[in-house]
Amino acid sequence: MSLDSKIPHGEMDKKWTDYKGHVKLVNPSNKRKLEIIVVGTGLAGASAAASLGEMGYKVKAFCFQDSPRRAHSIAAQGGINAAKNYQNDGDSVFRLFYDTVKGGDYRAREANVHRLAEVSNAIIDQCVAQGVPFAREYGGLLSNRSFGGTQVQRTFYAAGQTGQQLLLGAYSALERQVALGNVTIFKRHEMLDIVKIDGKARGIIARDLVSGDLERHFGHAVLLCTGGYSNVFYLSTNAMGSNVTAIWKAHKQGAYFGNPCFTQIHPTCIPVSGDYQSKLTLMSESLRNDGRIWVPKKKDDNRKAIDIIEEERDYYLERRYPAFGNLVPRDVASRAAKERCDEGYGVGSTKLAVYLDFQDAILRYGKIEVGKSGNTGTNEQEIIKLGKAVIEEKYGNLFEMYEKITGENPYEMPMRIYPAVHYTMGGLWVDYELKTSVDGLYCLGEANFSDHGANRLGASALMQGLADGYFVIPYTLGNYLADDIRTTSISTSHPAFEEAEKIVSERIIKLMGIKGNQTVESFHKRLGKIMWEKCGMARNAKGLQEAITEIQILKKEFWADVKIPGDINEMNTELDKAGRVADFIELGELMCVDALERNESCGGHFREESQTEEGEAKRDDENYSYVSVWEFKEESDWQLNKESLTFDIVKPSQRSYK
Amino acid sequence: MEQYNMNLTLKVWKQKNSKSNGSFETYQVKDISSEMSFLEMFDVLNEQLIKAAKNPIAFDHDCREGICGMCSMYIDGRAHGPWTKNTVCQLHMRAFKDGDTIVVEPWRSAAFPVLRDLVVDRSAFDRIMQAGGFVSVNTGNAVEANTLPIDKNDADASFDAASCIGCGACVAACKNSSAMLFVSAKVSQLALLPQGQPERESRVLNMVAQMDKEGFGNCTNTYACEAECPKGISISNIARMNRDYLKAGLNSAE
Repeated sequence: MSLDSKIPHGEMDKKWTDYKGHVKLVNPSNKRKLEIIVVGTGLAGASAAASLGEMGYKVKAFCFQDSPRRAHSIAAQGGINAAKNYQNDGDSVFRLFYDTVKGGDYRAREANVHRLAEVSNAIIDQCVAQGVPFAREYGGLLSNRSFGGTQVQRTFYAAGQTGQQLLLGAYSALERQVALGNVTIFKRHEMLDIVKIDGKARGIIARDLVSGDLERHFGHAVLLCTGGYSNVFYLSTNAMGSNVTAIWKAHKQGAYFGNPCFTQIHPTCIPVSGDYQSKLTLMSESLRNDGRIWVPKKKDDNRKAIDIIEEERDYYLERRYPAFGNLVPRDVASRAAKERCDEGYGVGSTKLAVYLDFQDAILRYGKIEVGKSGNTGTNEQEIIKLGKAVIEEKYGNLFEMYEKITGENPYEMPMRIYPAVHYTMGGLWVDYELKTSVDGLYCLGEANFSDHGANRLGASALMQGLADGYFVIPYTLGNYLADDIRTTSISTSHPAFEEAEKIVSERIIKLMGIKGNQTVESFHKRLGKIMWEKCGMARNAKGLQEAITEIQILKKEFWADVKIPGDINEMNTELDKAGRVADFIELGELMCVDALERNESCGGHFREESQTEEGEAKRDDENYSYVSVWEFKEESDWQLNKESLTFDIVKPSQRSYK
Repeated sequence: MEQYNMNLTLKVWKQKNSKSNGSFETYQVKDISSEMSFLEMFDVLNEQLIKAAKNPIAFDHDCREGICGMCSMYIDGRAHGPWTKNTVCQLHMRAFKDGDTIVVEPWRSAAFPVLRDLVVDRSAFDRIMQAGGFVSVNTGNAVEANTLPIDKNDADASFDAASCIGCGACVAACKNSSAMLFVSAKVSQLALLPQGQPERESRVLNMVAQMDKEGFGNCTNTYACEAECPKGISISNIARMNRDYLKAGLNSAE
């Protein structure tokens, strides 16, 4: 199969407009006859399902949680970017486009990114209209803040709960369509396979997680909006249930996987405290607006942070990257923290942490407040109190979250932070229309590979999820369905459905029949350890080759010795998990294969063999300016196809934040 | 904070499915670190049970950072356990000491049937949302965002109401199983914003009607919901909803 990205011809800033002007349409009476399956109800899934329902399609939406409102988009903290230029600081669609391509280290498609920037403003309008309570200024207008990797203030936010507010907006639009009869929701359901008829995606096999029953669902098209796969690392900032199963099943049915190794390690997370750790918690990147990151200048310094005077602190980001300081992009900040800790300057009991300190910001804000009130005689304690109140308003819930987890008060002592896996830029390969290499099968949001290249900028995930769901798929899906209006609903007793259900059922029976000695959790932890050590923040050929062998051994062991209690026909959370971990193991191998093939450093992918003398990442445009598009052949065997990337507007340069 | 280990006795509600009767079972866990989260302690217990060829305890959880609203345990007589403004997943074991006995139950309410062990069905909340918890604006209908200035105080109050995570602790904490705090939070969020005005009256009437239909009880002003709400949603939202409801009722009777 050829890789046609279907990028429209013409000027960059006209492509999307031209596409929309010429795209095929489906008339309203035909829309009513067309059924669409949407898997996942996060920002991409909920916004797509709601919008398609509004347009008149018959939509079935699936989520594994007990309500669509729980999808993990809800945990996004910091904000959502848009090119409104409300701050009059020189922002524009072009700047947002430029920053995103550059931030992605020139491994994203220009045309997709430009479209993303173009629709960004409409997203903010839509969310405000839905009643999303964004932060506002005293004049009643929307407030903005800055985020890593940019020099303008374009991030819209709702305290540290932006994802929650955006998702609840999309969820309410979705529930409205349920009430109107346009959308049916299947909760506590997990998609376990795609059903293909004559090469086209025509439905799914889903498992009811309460009864354990398998169900067949037909759709003229299937949309996968199932999020990222960071949990392949076991420990990540993702929710416990976040998994790769839906897109992995699609991959094995012919959907290509793009850039699987592109993983984002977020610099500011609460460090691991022990072996029992089940997940990691992010502290929003927005904290880097006001927090200063440092370690002691002396190795193995065990003094308390407050006992270390200014001269003995190494503000290493400000030292190494004076232009961007604490606001360098995520990959740069993460590697810099790892470098300091590897050299022995880490803090805390595990020595795998650095400080994020708010003392300067508290004083600065306190003084501003004093200035506003005109009480020049205010003493230092009063100033600090006023400053803390400002910090509380900005980041209150984050500080509270930190204190609950660690038992330490971050207003008094600096936070301890360390990088953690947070987001996966890789995902199913899609063309400009968000269609995978399987006809009728689409992929939206974090689950696809398309917009962030090798590194995603902060506050861009929410933007992409909603762009895909509200403003892209409603146009592009019609272009496919317009030719499908003569297809009547296919009965789920069709042999293809029977065959698909049989395969799913046999796999479940096989899993339950192993009756081994090791728990699902223990396999997941072992996989995570291999991935973190050998396919994590820094990667090299030797480690990756070892990891591939280790994962293959782990896979054999899993299928011979996993222990799953309970029965098939009941709520069985261990069985749910087992299926997901089995898929993660296979994905882990592909990630290592991909990381090994890409012998360059770019974005979140740091190959130790490809660095400058100063230890900065070295990209290799001559040899690797392409998307790695992996085609599944058979177990442990993939074919690499390359979609070469051309840059007409943003000419690649070595990223420098110095 | 000093780390310490503890041995605990757990009495946990076990129930095979919604049709069967449940009962408490007693479990022992050893060497639990004070730095673990409460759910990590449950992970340890479940691993222990699986190894002993027993069924693990089913419980709802997902984000484990206090925002998705999925976790729902009634611990020692309190929704989400002993800490205030906190979800179960954020509760840490330093809240307990060596030798403690901890009783863990599911949310108890006729409107939240138990599906298994500590897992309940909260679909009633989704149906209340379907009755009116939205602004009727289709994608593409929106006007430019800054053409609609909103008083910061109103926007902030709306945000406070909107921070509800829909976990159902308010219902579990209430002796009447009232869902007034949940419903009033959504009603208030939209009532405080200009976008919510066109449907303000129909929204409150329809949402309250659905709430009653689901079998939630009445509010008798005990304030237990506010005390146990992990997000500190204020009881003043209920007062606002009652005013709106009364006004809307009078108008619709005309």
